[in-house]
Amino acid sequence: MTPAEIRDEILDILSEIAPDEDLTDLDDARSFREQMELDSMDFLDIVMELRKRHRVQIPDDEYGNLASMSSTVQYLEPKMRDIVAA
Amino acid sequence: MISQDRTSQLPDEQRVVMTAVGLTSPNGNDLESFRAALLNGQSGVRNYNIRYVGDTFAGVCEFEGTKYQSKKDIRRGTRAGSVGIFAAAEAIRRSGLDWANVDRSRVGIYIGVTEHGNVETENEIYSIKAYDYDTTYWSHHHNPRTVANNPAGEIALNMGITGPHYTIGAACAAGNAGIIQGVQMLRLGECDLALAGGVSESIHTFGIFASFKSQGALASHADPTKASRPFDIDRNGIVVSEGACIYLLERLSDAKARGASIVAEIVSYAINTDATDFVLPNPERQAQCVKMALDRGGLTADRINIVSTHATGTNSGDSQEIQALRSVFDGCETVSFNNTKSFIGHTMGAAGALELAGNLPAFQDGVCHATINVDNLDESCEIPGLVINQPRELNRVDYILNNSFGMLGINSVLIVRRFS
Repeated sequence: MTPAEIRDEILDILSEIAPDEDLTDLDDARSFREQMELDSMDFLDIVMELRKRHRVQIPDDEYGNLASMSSTVQYLEPKMRDIVAA
Repeated sequence: MISQDRTSQLPDEQRVVMTAVGLTSPNGNDLESFRAALLNGQSGVRNYNIRYVGDTFAGVCEFEGTKYQSKKDIRRGTRAGSVGIFAAAEAIRRSGLDWANVDRSRVGIYIGVTEHGNVETENEIYSIKAYDYDTTYWSHHHNPRTVANNPAGEIALNMGITGPHYTIGAACAAGNAGIIQGVQMLRLGECDLALAGGVSESIHTFGIFASFKSQGALASHADPTKASRPFDIDRNGIVVSEGACIYLLERLSDAKARGASIVAEIVSYAINTDATDFVLPNPERQAQCVKMALDRGGLTADRINIVSTHATGTNSGDSQEIQALRSVFDGCETVSFNNTKSFIGHTMGAAGALELAGNLPAFQDGVCHATINVDNLDESCEIPGLVINQPRELNRVDYILNNSFGMLGINSVLIVRRFS
């Protein structure tokens, strides 16, 4: 997956987890929590969806990398670069 | 002069009234549409398919889920939570309360459930099957969804209610049990407003269908609307349904003080236990429960105008309930008997509360709705006053007695009175 494809995948997961949110103008540089109503259970949903969809394992102490879209894509790129986008 | 019942002689602070009802049922999402469906003979049972069991029937609720919940909260919570939130919020909307200024620490939530947690547990096991049952794929939402207080807790979360909340597990007697708990808590002064009733999400668990099928107690018929047929000679089991019915209960003194519209007064109740079998009912204990409710209320059997039966469409259960009722109401020529499951199937934890609700408008219109789908009455289910297939005009309805029984031999009876 390219960084752009990873971003699209995260957007898809977010739209599922937070279906009331408008993600059109999501600012990649700002934290998700500044822009959306997300709590710790929602972040665990992101982790679970990545695990279910792509078998990507994210250790507890690395959850902080999922703070914003840009940090998430940067963190996931080496883990997902060999995955072929559906 | 007709003697007063015992409850009418209590001080207003010890009398409890229903001041609003919210509901969702397979054939109506408010009391008016539900009542109209019952009077018009409109079934809410349809074809239904569920994993592993396959094609069967169910009563399915269709209401505007996002009226009171965000899409995110619907996703995060349970179906029991969603039907309960809809019913509770509708009850408050219809109550005339200035909800924004109600002290919500004085509101109690008491919700009857037949079972809870099966749906989510089945879903998770189904989900992790795709991952070779690796439990690292098990949802972190499982525990908050499956704790036994979930349906009541979701109502509290949604409505900002900070008083006590819990569920009452009472098999299929749970709807009545939830209301009874609300009455007791109001009388004890534990709350000033009680949201009380029952909910069911059971159509979303294949296990309940499969278990009834293995027991030989799951209804089958060529026509889904004819599948639920209590008292008919060809009845062959239960139609599983979902639903919710929640009442706003208040002490009469409080209801009067705010000028509330009063739907009915709860005049008596009883709960007892067969202690004889896991599933088979005991008509002697059922009769004792009905008699106990009458005695506690200072009522004789002939004072009751409508008996809402529990009958589920099983071979032995229906005739045994009638056996119990015959022993209590023998010689009472003015009592009418009906059944709601013939329209909507068995709404499990919601059944007692919903079946009572559909009868409450009889206080105004004087009509006893029927039990439908009785093409050939089983003689073991015959009882004078059984209202078959067509509603019956009654001159005046003052008392309604509501039966609700469940597995492990739990029996519950609630008696409500016209308030005037």
